[in-house]
Amino acid sequence: MVISLIISVAIISLISVFLALLMVIADATIGNYGIVTVNVNDGTKEFQVKGGMPLLSTLTAQGVFIPSACGGRGSCGLCKVQVISGVGDYLPTELPFIPPEERAQNIRLSCQIKVKQDMAIQIPEELFNVKEYQTTVERIRDLTHDIKEVTLRLPPGETITPKAGQYVQFVVPEYADLDESVYRAYSVASPPDDNTRVELEIRLVPNGICTTYVHTILKEGDEVTINGPYGDFYVRETERPMICIAGGSGMAPIKAILMDMKNKGSKRKAIYFFGARTKRDLFLLDEMYALEKELENFTFVPALSEPTEEDKWEGEVGLITDVVRRLSGDAANSEAYLCGSPGMIDACIAVLGELHMPEEHIYYDKF
Amino acid sequence: MPSQVGAFAVFFASIFTSNILLTNYLGMCSFLAVSKEMKTSVGLGAAVTFVLALTTPLNWLVYQYLLIPFNLEYLRFIVFIIVIAAFVQLTEMTLERYSEPLYQALGIFLPLITVNCAILGASLFMVIREYTFITSLLFGIGSGIGWFLAIVAMSGIRTKLRTAKIPPALEGPGITLIIAGFMAMAFMGFSGMIAVS
Repeated sequence: MVISLIISVAIISLISVFLALLMVIADATIGNYGIVTVNVNDGTKEFQVKGGMPLLSTLTAQGVFIPSACGGRGSCGLCKVQVISGVGDYLPTELPFIPPEERAQNIRLSCQIKVKQDMAIQIPEELFNVKEYQTTVERIRDLTHDIKEVTLRLPPGETITPKAGQYVQFVVPEYADLDESVYRAYSVASPPDDNTRVELEIRLVPNGICTTYVHTILKEGDEVTINGPYGDFYVRETERPMICIAGGSGMAPIKAILMDMKNKGSKRKAIYFFGARTKRDLFLLDEMYALEKELENFTFVPALSEPTEEDKWEGEVGLITDVVRRLSGDAANSEAYLCGSPGMIDACIAVLGELHMPEEHIYYDKF
Repeated sequence: MPSQVGAFAVFFASIFTSNILLTNYLGMCSFLAVSKEMKTSVGLGAAVTFVLALTTPLNWLVYQYLLIPFNLEYLRFIVFIIVIAAFVQLTEMTLERYSEPLYQALGIFLPLITVNCAILGASLFMVIREYTFITSLLFGIGSGIGWFLAIVAMSGIRTKLRTAKIPPALEGPGITLIIAGFMAMAFMGFSGMIAVS
C-alpha cells in the first residue's frame, strides 16, 4: 500500500519534473530573444529590454504608458502604436481594430505584438508626460441626482499637468462580480494650475462597471489609481471666438477650459451652451455665472429640453442644437469645443456646419 | 469489442457520426466564442486538428508505457492534461521563433486550446475504447477534422446571421447553441453509414 503510494507520487513527480525541465530549457533557448533595443520617436527615448514580451507591457515597465482599456487582452483596440521597424505581419487578433488607412502606416496593437528584435516605434510626444498616480479620494459630492464630483489628491510631491480638456484613466479594482481590474476614461474638470488634484465628474450609468463602483462603493479616504493625462481634446491657443457645447457630465472638460482661461486672464470671446433635460439635471450654475463676471467676454447659456411645470424655467428651452442655431449667428471664424454623447456631438457638428464653421475648427470628445 | 472496429472506420466515424463536438459536445467554449469569423475559425480548427492529431498518440504512448506498467491508470486525467499543456506550449514557442507564417495562422490560437476539453476528451476516449496506437492516431486526426468541419460550418452560418432578425433574447450564444443542435442532428443522419462505440 505504502509502496504503491510512493511509486505513484514518484512517477507523477518524475513526469512533471521532466516536462518542467523541458519547458525551462525551451524558455532559455527557443524563447530567449536576448537583450533588444526599443527606440522611441527617433531616439528621444531608448531602452534595452529582455525580448519576448508584448510591446505594451514592455513599454509600461519602462514608464511609457499607452492608453489601454482592456489591459492587454486585445479587445478594446486603444493601445495603437506606429511601428517603424522590427515587427512581422499583422496578426489575426489585430485586424478587426486596424482599418486599411492605418495599415498603410503600420499602426499596430501594442498588446498583441511581441518585442523579439530591435524595434523602432513612434508615439505621440505627450504620452511621455503620462504617469501613474496613487491618489486618495479627498471629497465626493453630489452635483445632481446622478452625477457625482470626485476630487482625487495626488501623493505629496507629485504633480500632474494635463492640458485643459484632457482626460485620465481611472483604474477600477476588483469588486463584486468584477474579477479583474479595468480602466475607464474621465475628463479632468479641474484646471491645469491645480496640479496636485484631479477633479472628475461621473454620471451613474445603469450597470456601468466604473460608475457603479464610484457611486456605490467609493468613499472619501479611499485610494484610487489613475494614469494620464491623455487625449487630443484640449484648448487650442488661438484668438478665434469659442463656442463650447456640453451635455450632462460633458461639463467636466469645458469647466477645465473655462477655469484655465480665467486663471490666465484670457480676453478671448467665448459662449458656453450647456444642455440638460430638466432643472434637476443642471449643476455648477453658480460657478458658471461667477465665471461670467470674472471673464471679460464669456456668456453662459444653460438650456433645458424638457422643463417641467415646477421648474419655473425662464432660460432657453429646446434641444441644445436648436439653441445653438438660434443664438450663434455665422460661425465661420469661430472654434468649437464639444463634449457629450455621440448623438449630441454628431447633431452639433451638423448644425455648426450649417453655420459655416470649417470642420477642422471643431474639436470634440465623445463618450 | 471496440478494438475490432477497423482503424479507418474509426477515422470516418470520428469525423461524422461520432463527431466529438456535435455528439459529445466537447470543445464548446471556443466553438461558441471563435466561430464569428470564417478566417479565425479556419485557424482555430486547423490548430485543434494539429494538436489532437499529435497529443492523442502521444498520450497513448504515455499511458501504455508509463501508466499501465505501474498500475497508475487512475492518474491519467492529470498526466494527460500536463502532457497536453507542455506540448502546446512547446509548439507555440517553436512556431513563434522559427516560422512566422505558421505562427500567424496557427500559433496564436494554441494557448486557447490547451484547455479545450475536446483535446483531453479524445485522449480519454482512446483509453476507454481501448484503441491501438494506429487507431488512436487516426482517431485524433479524425476528431480534429470533425471539429474543424463543425466550426467552419458554424462560422459560415453565423456570417449569414449577421443580417438576420434574431429575437433579442437569443442573440449571440443562444442562437449559436440552437444551430449547433440542428447541426448535430444533421450529422447524426450519417449514422446509418458507420457506427462505432
